[in-house]
Amino acid sequence: MKTLFSRNHETVRAVDGVSFTIERGERVGFLGPNGAGKTTTLKMLSGLLHPTAGECTVDGHVPFRREVALLEKITLVMGQKSQLIWDLPPSETYALNCAVFDIPKPRFHAALEELTELLELGGLLDKPARQLSLGERMKCELAAALLHGPSVLFLDEPTIGLDVAMQLAVRDFIRRYNQAHQATVLLTSHYMQDVVALCPRIIVIDRGKLVHDGDLKALVKALDPDKRVSFTLPHPINDDDALGKLGAVLARDGARITLRVSERELPGVVSHLLGTLEVADLGIEDPPLEDVLRVMFGAAREAAVNE
Amino acid sequence: MRLHGSEIARVVKAFPTLLRVGVSETVAFRMAFLIWILTATQPLVMMSLMTFIARGQGFRGYSAPAFIAYYLAALIVRQLTGSWVSSRMTEEIRMGTLAMRLLRPIHPFYTFLASQLAAIPLRAAISVVLAAILLATSGAATLPHDLTQLVLAPISITLSWLISFSVFFTIGSLALFLTETTALGTAYFALFSLFSGYLMPLDTLPQPIPVLAGWLPFKFMLAVPVMVMTRELPITTCLHMLGGQLVWVALTLALARWTWHRGIKRFESVGS
Repeated sequence: MKTLFSRNHETVRAVDGVSFTIERGERVGFLGPNGAGKTTTLKMLSGLLHPTAGECTVDGHVPFRREVALLEKITLVMGQKSQLIWDLPPSETYALNCAVFDIPKPRFHAALEELTELLELGGLLDKPARQLSLGERMKCELAAALLHGPSVLFLDEPTIGLDVAMQLAVRDFIRRYNQAHQATVLLTSHYMQDVVALCPRIIVIDRGKLVHDGDLKALVKALDPDKRVSFTLPHPINDDDALGKLGAVLARDGARITLRVSERELPGVVSHLLGTLEVADLGIEDPPLEDVLRVMFGAAREAAVNE
Repeated sequence: MRLHGSEIARVVKAFPTLLRVGVSETVAFRMAFLIWILTATQPLVMMSLMTFIARGQGFRGYSAPAFIAYYLAALIVRQLTGSWVSSRMTEEIRMGTLAMRLLRPIHPFYTFLASQLAAIPLRAAISVVLAAILLATSGAATLPHDLTQLVLAPISITLSWLISFSVFFTIGSLALFLTETTALGTAYFALFSLFSGYLMPLDTLPQPIPVLAGWLPFKFMLAVPVMVMTRELPITTCLHMLGGQLVWVALTLALARWTWHRGIKRFESVGS
């Protein structure tokens, strides 16, 4: 009954003291667990949210003023929010965007042609948006978001819900757009492969605070320097002791084994595998980013508890 | 909603496309649109009831043909000035897609305005049919014949449209504060029905309803254009009523602007 008359409010700092600079043309992955403050940050950068304190500028503009000059330079793609007009074909949304962004007709047609080719939109432009598959719709969303030729792309989960082939297509498109237009990309994604494939630099936030900003490889190396060595034996074996001498067994699927091996021991382990065990399909990889981030968020939680 | 020179030029330049896309959208929504129109036929029900009551002696100064003329005119005004902008805004705010509209370099007021204006051709087509029925029925006998008044009627309907759009835009903007605006819409409709003359002509209702109606916007959204369309009135009375409409256009536009501005400030603070 009490809640009918008075509501309890709790102030949560969704983003707290996050500070970073991104140079023109950079592709930056923005990572963090659910509720870390990623979308809040993207909304602040695109002008949808007004920070209560601090300073933020995008290409010299204060975003929350939403000046026309800024809106013409940026775009925000949210995987779960559509700007396409639901009952009309994407071509109508594009015509609308052409009008509101005041894109000169020749530039509009050239951009649409380029995007149609890069995103393989042929056949989709005149189909009502509601009849498009999720992947088709996302490709059309990307085109709608990029028609005005923005130089700063805020991409919030642009591949969410897409199948692997479509994820690859979208990733490939973002890279090509970035290279062709020297566009700055700030990307959040739950699919680590998006980040690994696209972003040399990553910014990690957790519970509103910045916990890492730097080179992706350096982060992986700092948190988990061991390599993942995968190989296929001529026949399945169950001798974990023998394998354990080479490294920690992380996975075993019949004759396919994955070991965790320190960098120092790697040459010896590889020569042993090739020379003694006659393995096939030998692969050496960095640890998956998911594992590295799990380690990182776990450490951050521990530090928070200790504080 | 206050615009600088270059922004006005952008809105003017974009408006034909906004209207064209809006018309396409209305056509795509045609089934929902027709169903919505069917829900606005309350005047026809009231017309049957009141013509029955008024046969012979009449009712509070209205003859049966006068009631026919009144309710058909009310239906025309309602069809032409209705708007679903509040439900559209509520939906976009709830789904978070308003963000996409905010990131376009034209104020959402104008994009919503265009989408509602775009529905007018279809609404007008329906109104033409209603007007033809009005002229073909006994209600036509009571209509005014003064040319000036006939010219003032569309102006009055236009002003009524502007008040109506501003009121619905205000209700839509309230969704930026409230999680649910359906109840607000229902409350609005109850007040509108009583004080606009939608249910009964205001001069047939007991005091203090007609007096109160003079101080509220609803009368200027429906009763005024209906009176200009259906009553022989001195031209000064017509101009006086149109002046009242102009005042309400200014007031409701200011209210819409203020509510939007406050709502967006809140939206920028907490998001959606």
